[in-house]
Amino acid sequence: MANRDLTAHVKRIGSQDKIATGILTAIVAVVMALVVAIIAYIIVRGGGRALTPGFLTNTPTDDILPGIVYQLWDSFYLLLVTLVISVPISLGAAIFLVEYAPDNWITSAASTAIETLSSLPSIVVGMFGSLFFVVTLGWGISILAGACALTMFNIPILVRTIQQALEDVPRSQRDAALAMGLTRWETTLNVLLPAAMPAIVTGIVISAGRVFGEAAALIFTAGSAPARLNFANPFNFASPTCPFNIFRPACSLAVYIWRLTSEPTEGSTEIVWGTACVLIVCVLLFNLLARVLGKFLARRLTAE
Amino acid sequence: MQNNETTSARSVGGTDEHRVIEGVPSAISIRDFNLWYGDFQALKNITLEIPKNRATAFIGPSGCGKSTLLRTFNRMCDFVESVRTDGTIEFGGEDIFQMDANALRVYVGMVFQHPNPFPMSIRENILYGPKRMGRLSKSEADEIVERTLTRAALWDEVKDKLDHSGLGLSGGQQQRLCIARALATDPSVLLMDEPTSALDPISTGMVEELMQQLSEDHTVVVVTHNMQQATRVADKTAFFYLGELVEAGPTKELFSHPKEKLTNDYLTGRFS
Ligand SMILES: Nc1ncnc2c1ncn2[C@@H]1O[C@H](COP(=O)(O)OP(=O)(O)OP(=O)(O)O)[C@@H](O)[C@H]1O
Ligand SMILES: [Mg+2]
Repeated sequence: MANRDLTAHVKRIGSQDKIATGILTAIVAVVMALVVAIIAYIIVRGGGRALTPGFLTNTPTDDILPGIVYQLWDSFYLLLVTLVISVPISLGAAIFLVEYAPDNWITSAASTAIETLSSLPSIVVGMFGSLFFVVTLGWGISILAGACALTMFNIPILVRTIQQALEDVPRSQRDAALAMGLTRWETTLNVLLPAAMPAIVTGIVISAGRVFGEAAALIFTAGSAPARLNFANPFNFASPTCPFNIFRPACSLAVYIWRLTSEPTEGSTEIVWGTACVLIVCVLLFNLLARVLGKFLARRLTAE
Repeated sequence: MQNNETTSARSVGGTDEHRVIEGVPSAISIRDFNLWYGDFQALKNITLEIPKNRATAFIGPSGCGKSTLLRTFNRMCDFVESVRTDGTIEFGGEDIFQMDANALRVYVGMVFQHPNPFPMSIRENILYGPKRMGRLSKSEADEIVERTLTRAALWDEVKDKLDHSGLGLSGGQQQRLCIARALATDPSVLLMDEPTSALDPISTGMVEELMQQLSEDHTVVVVTHNMQQATRVADKTAFFYLGELVEAGPTKELFSHPKEKLTNDYLTGRFS
């Protein structure tokens, strides 16, 4: 009697388990199918143009095959400037919050502020950037203003991942360092950061992927005007055509897509799809890089 | 540390159960020491002498305050915000609470329950402490690495992979690396909190043997749940119960003729 009950029970939870597994698998399959479908569609529509020789290296005004060399450059340069600004700030903030800050209302307010920043719509961040960096600080529509807007967008993600990475360093390693008479700063610099480095680098590269595709925060800060760069004379920093000049306007790949879509011209559809394809491949590469780098660093930490 | 001739017999106030090994000076003297975590009193009126260049074991049921007392010796308790103390603990005649905590931790090394090498190479793990105290020539560095690893009975196993990460070693090897790392700054006291509880029997045997050898010229204090370990390695044993020191004395005596009924019950496993 009791035995039969148990068998029935085992059967029932067994089938429940199967149903749950089935439903979850189906959900994941739908999500995966969506992602694959979107990426495949973009690659099929834009891949031809993206792979046409010259598309990546021609200027947008080229008569035969308009290319995206300026936008490609500007996207990477904006990303670089953004990371140069946001990585040190985020590192400092995360280290302070995890290692130094006492557990009180000020730190919890700081954490809440950072979280709120992460949920601001990027167009709002762009509006703020345009009012503050462009107008109030007088930087004009510029790479610097764009990078600062992107920084506001990027800091919450980075602080979060770096905080997580530092908190995941085993308590025992912190104890080892402190018990040797290391100061808190030595402990952070020589023990915690190296141990957290794989996760930090992964987080930075993934955030780079997000920043790379951002458009709304840039339209009013870095601009959407077609840039004209002079790669032949790259070190004349004051010139508006100098690729490295951070006070010139810039147009990233994502902003370029937005502009061509909202003001279509003869043959612009093909360019949009080609650009979208390049953009998505770049973002995929960032994610791949994040995984590879993270794995590599983690292995170096334990083996070598 | 001029003052360490203070013999232990002096300060025990005649309480029989706190007797120590005759004629051995104290490395650490604890007097009327109390410690609170917030409102909870974890250590009550502890008076105890830790003999110099001997091994002392702390035993007692879980939660009785062994780790708390051990972690007070190198002021690791400073990192717990709610901690409050009174009474004195002297190290080499100086009140540890008046000393610079980071300097104290150089003289009083610590080995933890779970091996915790730094995420660096074996060599860097050993040299991290010495390098902080001054520049080392290549030959000095090599000498420290070889001497401490030999002392920790690890040299033969790792001498060909000193540049590999310390995290790539087995648990027992990692623990011996941590002992070598602690020895590298030349501490006079080594605190060990259940150093073998995460290790296999063979590694445990090695670490026990190490503790015995080290106690020839270091003061070793070890927390252990393993009674056999206490009898094998410790010259003196202290038994704690609910934050109080019940009895302390030469290990052989304490195990063969405990003065307190509580100690006897604990040692014979008759404990409710
Ligand atoms: N950081 C802390 N905050 C508050 N209470 C603590 C803290 N650390 C320890 N305690 C309390 O102090 C008492 C003694 O703890 P301690 O860790 O010293 O025990 P122990 O003898 O080492 O036990 P075990 O054998 O299980 O390691 C326990 O009741 C514990 O709950
Ligand atoms: Mg303990």
